[in-house]
Amino acid sequence: MKVCSRSDLETLRAKGLSTLYPSRLKVSVGMATCGLATGAAAVYDTLRDEALQRELDLMLVATGCLGYCQQEPLVEVRMPGRDRVLYARMTADRARELIAALAEGNLPTEGALAIIPEEKEPPAGSKPAGGLPRLNELPFYARQRKIILRNCGLIDPTSIEEYIAQGGYEAMAHALLDLTPEQVIDEVLRAGLRGRGGAGFPTGRKWQVCHDAPGQPKYVICNGDEGDPGAYMDRTVLESDPHSVIEGLTIAGYAIGAHEGYIYVRDEYPLAVERVTQAVARAQELGLLGENILESGFDFNITIVRGAGAFVCGEETALISSIEGGLGEPRPKPPFPAISGLWGKPTVINNVKTLATVPVIINRGAGWYAAIGTENNAGTVVFSLVGRVANTGLVEVPLGLTLREMIEGIGGGGLNGKAVKAVQTGGPSGGCLPARLFDLPISYETLTQAGSIMGSGGMVVMDENTCMVDVARYFIGFTMAESCGKCTPCREGTHYMYEILTRIVEGKGTPEDLDLLEEVARWVKMASLCGLGQTAPNPVLSTLRYFHDEYEAHVEEKRCPAGVCRALIRLAIVPDLCNGCGLCRRECPAGAISGEKKKPHTINPELCTRCRICYDVCPVGAIEIVR
Amino acid sequence: MPLIPQPPPPAGGALLARLHAINAEYGYLPEEELRRAAEELGVPLSQVYSAATFYAAFSFQPRGRHTIHVCLGTACYIRGGEKLLEKLESTLGVRPGETTDDRAFTVETVHCVGSCSMSPVMRVDGDTYGRLRADLLPRILRKYREQEAGGVSDEGM
Repeated sequence: MKVCSRSDLETLRAKGLSTLYPSRLKVSVGMATCGLATGAAAVYDTLRDEALQRELDLMLVATGCLGYCQQEPLVEVRMPGRDRVLYARMTADRARELIAALAEGNLPTEGALAIIPEEKEPPAGSKPAGGLPRLNELPFYARQRKIILRNCGLIDPTSIEEYIAQGGYEAMAHALLDLTPEQVIDEVLRAGLRGRGGAGFPTGRKWQVCHDAPGQPKYVICNGDEGDPGAYMDRTVLESDPHSVIEGLTIAGYAIGAHEGYIYVRDEYPLAVERVTQAVARAQELGLLGENILESGFDFNITIVRGAGAFVCGEETALISSIEGGLGEPRPKPPFPAISGLWGKPTVINNVKTLATVPVIINRGAGWYAAIGTENNAGTVVFSLVGRVANTGLVEVPLGLTLREMIEGIGGGGLNGKAVKAVQTGGPSGGCLPARLFDLPISYETLTQAGSIMGSGGMVVMDENTCMVDVARYFIGFTMAESCGKCTPCREGTHYMYEILTRIVEGKGTPEDLDLLEEVARWVKMASLCGLGQTAPNPVLSTLRYFHDEYEAHVEEKRCPAGVCRALIRLAIVPDLCNGCGLCRRECPAGAISGEKKKPHTINPELCTRCRICYDVCPVGAIEIVR
Repeated sequence: MPLIPQPPPPAGGALLARLHAINAEYGYLPEEELRRAAEELGVPLSQVYSAATFYAAFSFQPRGRHTIHVCLGTACYIRGGEKLLEKLESTLGVRPGETTDDRAFTVETVHCVGSCSMSPVMRVDGDTYGRLRADLLPRILRKYREQEAGGVSDEGM
């Protein structure tokens, strides 16, 4: 079938609705990478086998990620006429019990996390059955507003029909059939959408420049080379809702007059590559990509390019070089890609989340979108809330929410009830902000002023067990390894900073090293060619600014307050607490622990590498870190 | 106009796609295949090599039958990814980038596989394992050894 008109879209919508809301029992398993990493595949197989054995008529579906990764694997059960129930931390054993209950017509409440109301707005004051909370009443979801992640975890990502049933490709049809390219750009401009890759440049203005630029052909590129460690928003969108990106990219192509688009996906995301490749093929098959889309006269096609493991390719000019000739080295700007990009032609390059937002803006209108968030910071952002926080997961919130609402409200505070010390945003380009700044509202400008950046959305929480000097060294080690080597300040400067930081964590640093470190950091920031080098010093500068006392403890007292830096700590077993279970002895990779069964063990400091595995595995907390 | 006619550049992303295809076929990049790629795509061999050496995904050495990627992204790092690596190193007797003598496992580190909420994380071939602790590793390694021995294990984590 070829989709030639809006009524053809309607046909597909009806098909999608029939699988989204079937008249028989439906069980969905969240099977994006997060779910798979915690055993969702085994849960899926058990559900299938068990249902077969019990001859239970069941529609079993693999969906994407709902965002509440802490509770994965997540399984959703929909019985016709009943509220959908979401089960958390599913195991193969519990899957077996679930099928047994369903076979008897029961919807168990045990192990259930929440219900997902069938209607968007349930009647006020009504309470769902079984005393379960609604999903949007859970603290993790209460402050969230899903625009970018609107379909993630709710639809089968391999079904274009389900995407269409949720309103997908309606915006593309509206843009191509009813609007001029100029009107599309105007809508995005008035919506106030800013680039969600991290820099926050107004998307509409970028499109306008490219639209007005002389030169043909023009290109649009989706940047899915999400290289920031600690961030996985783009992976989730590509895995869980690939058509939203394809639709956004097509609208961008129409707006600037491009007929060729590229989606560049990070190599470390094999499932994202698979899903988006499959989705493009399906859209082509239906004529939603290709020639004369919806008989509008507009031709557009998309090529998928798989990266190969180079962080710098997330930088737009390096990404363009990588598509052109393989080697991903950045180029000086200006000229900006909107004037001279791929093959020297005008090129728009947008992040995955930016493009996934575009169809919603076209559907709901600029005014609707601009009213969300704050002035100059319209709309929502997605963060990956991870690290030493109670609730980890993917969170979408309106701009303007405070860091505290994010970390304490949605995140539920520190891991195991520990006090949160800092939060790191923006990956290796960002900085570490201390807990005393947690009342800052989240916006591009406030985070930059505080010495970090919005970045693409990594938000890594740190507590008293995190050493800020070690974290700074970690990031510089990262950028040092990922520096492409083209310009000297970045190539040599990151090395030099890494050497200084290594001295400090090894207890060989001097107070003068701190001044030297800051000076080098400022030079690298000022003199590097591309964003990688210009922002690489941020983790150093922000930790020097907010956690100077930790640096001082390292250089003056040769002490690591967090008990992390190996040269500055010693591990010991408290004899009164040790019950001699022998677990630490078995797990010690260095063979440094000895002792008789049921008698207190000891650690040989000569052999101990201070890896702290014993500290993690000891069931009675008998391992002490001597700082 | 250049004095000597230049061949047209290959299509966008073609060189990378070719390198991926070779790597998928052989597990590494044999020289012969790179020479053939240069000829067929009409690009200098030097360009093929510069791209091949630029990226972490490619290797010039044959790999083990299974590749283990220990994630050292930020979230994994602060939740103990290094400990997993240390345990693997002592269990398998190899350092990152090396392959065990029986060619069963190659150990690599990776800067984030994007499963940060499950940190610390490790990937073996296409399977991702989350919420790990050093003491859980032997069981995972055993699964791959048993698969090799012909036994089929569907044991989920």
